[in-house]
Amino acid sequence: MDQTLELIREARLMKGNEALAEAAIRAGVQAYFGYPITPQSEILEYLSREMPKRGGIVLQAESELAAINMIYGASGAGARVMTSSSSPGISLMQEGLSYIASAQLPCLVVNVNRGGPGLGTIQPSQGDYFQATKGGGHGDYHLIVLAPASVQEMADFVFDAITLAEKYRNPALILADGALGQMMEKVELPEEGSLEYPEKSWATVGKPKERERNIITSLFIQPEKMEKINLELQEKYRRLKEEVRYELVSTDDAEILMVAYGLSARICQKTIDLAREKGIKLGLLRPITLYPFPEEAVASFASKVDFYLVVEMNAGQMIEDVKLSVNGSRPVFHYGRMGGMISSPEEVLSKVEEILETQSVSNTSTGR
Amino acid sequence: MQINDSIEGLELVYQRPATLTDTPFHYCPGCGHGVAHKLLMEVVEEMGIQENTIGVAPVGCSVFAYHYMNIDMQEAAHGRASAVATGIKRVLPDKFVFSYQGDGDLAAIGTAETIHTVNRGENILIVFINNGIYGMTGGQMAPTTLIGQITSTSPYGRDEKLIGYPLKITDMIAILPGAFYVTRQSVNTAGNVRKLKKAFQKSFEFQKLNKGTCFIEVVSNCPSGWGMTPVEANKWMEENMFPYYPLGDLKVPRTEKEKGSNNA
Repeated sequence: MDQTLELIREARLMKGNEALAEAAIRAGVQAYFGYPITPQSEILEYLSREMPKRGGIVLQAESELAAINMIYGASGAGARVMTSSSSPGISLMQEGLSYIASAQLPCLVVNVNRGGPGLGTIQPSQGDYFQATKGGGHGDYHLIVLAPASVQEMADFVFDAITLAEKYRNPALILADGALGQMMEKVELPEEGSLEYPEKSWATVGKPKERERNIITSLFIQPEKMEKINLELQEKYRRLKEEVRYELVSTDDAEILMVAYGLSARICQKTIDLAREKGIKLGLLRPITLYPFPEEAVASFASKVDFYLVVEMNAGQMIEDVKLSVNGSRPVFHYGRMGGMISSPEEVLSKVEEILETQSVSNTSTGR
Repeated sequence: MQINDSIEGLELVYQRPATLTDTPFHYCPGCGHGVAHKLLMEVVEEMGIQENTIGVAPVGCSVFAYHYMNIDMQEAAHGRASAVATGIKRVLPDKFVFSYQGDGDLAAIGTAETIHTVNRGENILIVFINNGIYGMTGGQMAPTTLIGQITSTSPYGRDEKLIGYPLKITDMIAILPGAFYVTRQSVNTAGNVRKLKKAFQKSFEFQKLNKGTCFIEVVSNCPSGWGMTPVEANKWMEENMFPYYPLGDLKVPRTEKEKGSNNA
C-alpha cells in the first residue's frame, strides 16, 4: 500500500500560470523579477506569496525593462533566474534579451501570449511566434523556445527550459498563451530539488586573487571579435538542433498533415477525431521546440501526405517555417484566427474539407 | 638606466592600486573619469574588498570601465545599470555592488531605473558622473546641459522653452526615503579629490550596514565635448556648473546622538 502511494505522484487541479509558478520553485529558481500584466499576473502573485517562504527572491520591478535587466544582473551573478510577462511586456524586454543572448546568460522567460498588435486584447493568441523564434530584438540571435499544450506541460517545460538554458548558456522562452495560463487541468507536479545547479565559473561573484576578473558584456567593439562571437553563437544554434522535440498524432496512415503547436494543437486533436469519423485521414505534427524548429520531421512527411495545413492563432507565422522545411514539394495551407479568437475543431475541419474540394477540382482539371 | 635603478634607495610612496589593470585609460586629457576610476579602486584596495566587489559599467564614455577596474564587472544596457546592480545585489546580498553611470545614462534614458532603485533602498553605491554632455557619441545635449549651453544638438544654446531645464536628479534622489547618503563632489582640485575619496569610503562602509542606497554625484568636465582645453574646461565648470550643481552633502545619515536630540 505504501509503495502504491509512493508511486502515485502528487496530482492537483491547477491553473496553468500557477502550475508553472510552482514548478519554478521546485526547479530551484532562486530569483524572480517581474511586472504585472494580464493574463499572466498569477505567476507574479503566486511567487510573491510562495518564494519568500521557500527561500527564494521575488521582486516586482518598476517595468519590464527593469525586470529583464535585473535578470541580466542576477544571472550574470550566477543565480538561476526567471521572469514572465505577456506580449506587450515581452516586447519591452527585447532589448534586454538581445544583451542576454549576446552575453550568453542562461535564464527562463515566460510569454503568456495575448492578442495584438499594440495593447490588443487579453485573450489567447499565437501572434508572437515570429518575435519568439526569430530573435525578437536586434542582432543575429535566437532564444530556445518551448511551446506547452497543457497545464502539465506548463509545469514540466519549466524544468526542460532551465536545463536547456543552462546547458547552452542561452535564454530559454516558454511560449504559452492566455488560455493555457488561465485554464485549470490536472497536473502532476515535478519533484522538488531534482535539478542540479551547474558550475558557473564565468559568473561575477567577486574576483578571488588567483583568477582573472570575470566580465559579463555584450560589447565587442572590434569587428573581428564581434564576428567571432557571432560565429560562436551560430555554432551553438547548430548544436541546438539535437534538442528538437515534437509529437506525432495519428500520422501512421495520414494523408493530410496538420502542423500546430500549443492550444492550436489541442484543437487539432479534436479535429482529427471528427475527420476520421468522416473517413478523412488527418494527422498532426506538434512542434514542442519552436526553436529549434523540427524541420526534418516536417519535411519527412512530404512523400507521405497530399498537403500540409498549418493551424495557428495568428495570420500565418509558423507556416513560413513549414514552407521552408517542405521546400515546395507539397502544398502548404493555413488556417488561423486572430485577435484573441480561438478556432473550433469544426472550423478547422471545414477548412480541410474546403481544401480537399479545391484540390480534387484542380486534380481533375490537370488530369491527375 | 632602468626604472629600478632610478628608484634604488628611494621609498615607494605612491603607485597604481592593484585594483586597476595596467591598461591605459582611453579618456581624453583632462577628463574627470580617470581620477574617479582611480579613487574608487583605491578605496576598494584599501578596504580589502576586491574579492567581494562587483561593479556595473554603463553605456557612455565609461562603457569600458571594466577594462580598467580589476574586479568582476558587468556591462549594462544604456540606462539600466542600477537595475542590473539590483539583480546582482539581490542574489549576492553580502557583496559590495556599485554602478558607475553618466548623465545621459542615469538621468535621461535610465531615470525610471535610477529613481526606483533608490526608492527601494537597494544597498548599492551609485556613482553619477555629471559633465552635462554626451561625450561618447560626440557632444550632444544631455539632461544636465545648462541653459544656453551650446552642444551639437543644441547649436543655438539650450532653450528651456523647447527642451526644459537641466535636471537636478541628485536633489530628487535625496528626498527619497530609500536614499541613505547623497552627496555631490568634484575632482577639480586636490582637496576635492580627497573629499570624493572620503565619500567612496563612507559609501562602502554604509553598504556593509545595509542602510540603503548611497548616491554620489561627481560634477565633472568634458574638454573634448565642450571644445576647451582641460584648464579652460575646469574653469568653465567652476564658473557655470558649480553654481547650478553646488558641491556638498545633500543627505547625510544622522548619528545616534543627533537622533536622540531630535526626539527630545
